[in-house]
Amino acid sequence: MNPRPILLKGGRVIDPSQGIDDIRDVLLVEGAVAGVDREISPPEGTEVLRVDGLVVCPGLIDVHVHLREPGGEHKETIATGARAAAAGGFTAVCAMPNTDPPIDDPAAVGFVFAEGVRAGAARVFPVGAISVGLKGERLTEVGEMVDAGAVAITDDGRPVSDAGLMRLALEYAQTFGIPVATHSEELSLSRGGSMNEGLVSSRLGLTGIPCIAEEAMIARDLLLAEYTGGRLHIQHVSTRRGVAMIREAKARGVAVTAEATPHHFTLTDEAVEGYRTNAKMNPPLRTAADVEAVREGIADGTLDTIATDHAPHHYDEKEQAFDDAPFGIVGLETALGLAITELVDRGVISLPQLVERMSCAPARAFRLPGGTLRVGSPADVTVFDPSAEWIVDPSRFLSKSRNTPFGGWRLRGLPRYTLVGGRIVWSAAEGGR
Amino acid sequence: MRATTYLGKDLVGLEPLDPRQIIAILDTAEAFKEISERPIKKVPVLRGKTIVNLFFEPSTRTRISFEFAEKRLSADTVNVAASGSSVQKGETLVDTARNLEAMRIDMVVIRHSSSGAAQFLAERIPSNVINAGDGRHEHPTQALLDMLTIRDHLGRLEGVRVCIVGDILHSRVARSNIWGLKKLGAEVAVCGPRTLLPADVADLGVHVFTRVEEAIEWAEVLNVLRLQLERMQAGYIPSLREYNRIFGITRERVERAPRDLLILHPGPMNRGVEIDSDVADGPHSVILQQVTNGVAVRMAVLYLLAGGAPETAEAAKQGGGE
Repeated sequence: MNPRPILLKGGRVIDPSQGIDDIRDVLLVEGAVAGVDREISPPEGTEVLRVDGLVVCPGLIDVHVHLREPGGEHKETIATGARAAAAGGFTAVCAMPNTDPPIDDPAAVGFVFAEGVRAGAARVFPVGAISVGLKGERLTEVGEMVDAGAVAITDDGRPVSDAGLMRLALEYAQTFGIPVATHSEELSLSRGGSMNEGLVSSRLGLTGIPCIAEEAMIARDLLLAEYTGGRLHIQHVSTRRGVAMIREAKARGVAVTAEATPHHFTLTDEAVEGYRTNAKMNPPLRTAADVEAVREGIADGTLDTIATDHAPHHYDEKEQAFDDAPFGIVGLETALGLAITELVDRGVISLPQLVERMSCAPARAFRLPGGTLRVGSPADVTVFDPSAEWIVDPSRFLSKSRNTPFGGWRLRGLPRYTLVGGRIVWSAAEGGR
Repeated sequence: MRATTYLGKDLVGLEPLDPRQIIAILDTAEAFKEISERPIKKVPVLRGKTIVNLFFEPSTRTRISFEFAEKRLSADTVNVAASGSSVQKGETLVDTARNLEAMRIDMVVIRHSSSGAAQFLAERIPSNVINAGDGRHEHPTQALLDMLTIRDHLGRLEGVRVCIVGDILHSRVARSNIWGLKKLGAEVAVCGPRTLLPADVADLGVHVFTRVEEAIEWAEVLNVLRLQLERMQAGYIPSLREYNRIFGITRERVERAPRDLLILHPGPMNRGVEIDSDVADGPHSVILQQVTNGVAVRMAVLYLLAGGAPETAEAAKQGGGE
């Protein structure tokens, strides 16, 4: 049953897809955007939400999350992840396939899709594996997975070491118009590593993951994308040279999109100091020069998409010696605050650019519905307060996991309403923080 | 929490210490050396204290040295080795620690294969924690005994040129020596194949030599590290034979040095690999004095972490009873 119409009244509507940044009303009827205009008079039965002083934008989309189901339900489920996403202002997420068992066939894709619908929070778009069992050996049934709802393929978490297989994936995926997303890492250069290779790793006596491990693979994948004409999406770019190579490839016309994560545009490898396992992720936190380059990449659009790589882990999995702890941090409920605090408030990008990087660009890259408030498009809308200050309290996350290095941080920017298909799936008033 | 001691609650590494604290340990060790020379090698300094030696990695020298130090100070000690304990049954480090703590212990000496394990433990239990080697991070008591041995022979540490030779990348001994020696004003160099030097090693404030002949030309002291066989298997060096030919401390090389060298080795030695027997057993070698000093240094650390003051060490060791 369709919800009753909603009128978001008096907000600052930012929709880069239509070049709008102005005070407008937004009317949502029967799950779709019905109007974006000055002073819309609501039809009868409309719920009117006053959103003065708040930003109203096309719903935020995170193309890189790990929801852990099936197999890791103690860390996160599709339902808890979808709710955490909504609480973070996201109307849609793309779920990575490195679950147990992996999402490498149409039935598994269908399961993720159905569980996402059942959760009734943010939309959950399944991403299928590139290779059967994530083993890096042979292609999955990509076409059937797309029919079942997969929006992209990736072996995320495990790089595709075999260049020949990567070539096939980039070629084969063109039939279906989906991107191939890559976790770029040359394993022979990173094996055994647990943090960025450099002075800090040398001091702490931890095995390093050198920048070159990431860059060598980015270089290979860019060349393969250029050669095959396939659509490449490079996940979580963390190094200065990685950004530069993508910038050059885009200038050459290679069909590549690329992500930056909030942690890579905020933290350096010094956050590992004291063996803090919540600063352990892959790719690892790099140096200040890399953070600066990632910010520049976001500013000039080389890194067109902000994605979280939301990677929940149970607390006792992180409560270990650094080498033994798993990689990854949760990100859904801090992403908007970090992007506003670290990027907008510091003048790296404007609010419209933020909406572009967190909504429009990801929708385009993965060809998802949303990313726009054009009349007739899905009524997926995020309403946020760009100046509200709050302190990150992981114990209040809707995610099942609390593995964040940002606990106690003071951030600016807080979602107020998250609407999916014209229905309020999260509101700050009810969800509380 | 325990009262803060002269060294703080724990000894996790030398990097966080200030020079004054390091000198206090060395001076206290100097005073404690004499205990081991007595016919009855026991003083009541730590009577009634319970110490657990928690060794997750095999160790002979360090474990025995700690145990002697503890026993000569009259502490009650328990040794826990990883094999045959609950650790092997999958118990986590934090659970092992909490269980020991529940038995009301005073100190833990920990050896673990993961860098940061000692600090991890120190942050989670109120007992004093002493790092007996954590992964590739630090091995503070080894560096302290190395420094004491150098000071014994050269009469100073300030301005002394010490070169650490060998597998710096995987060495906690190297890291602790670098911090400790530099804090006391020594000049430090490292020498080894580039595959076995850490990233950005020069930024640690050390000279870097890639040829051992150059290192010998420069140094007054060589601290020769053990080359583990696994490093060859992992491809860091092509063969032990070649390593000995190019980096081995041989008699010819030592004799060609422009000055008398002091040769240290933390043990256990691979004779004929990183060091030749006639050097290890020769006049420049102080390897066995290092071992003797190890007990004194560990007594000093235990005493200071138990709340002792460096200036009362002399008095403390005289007391036959209360």
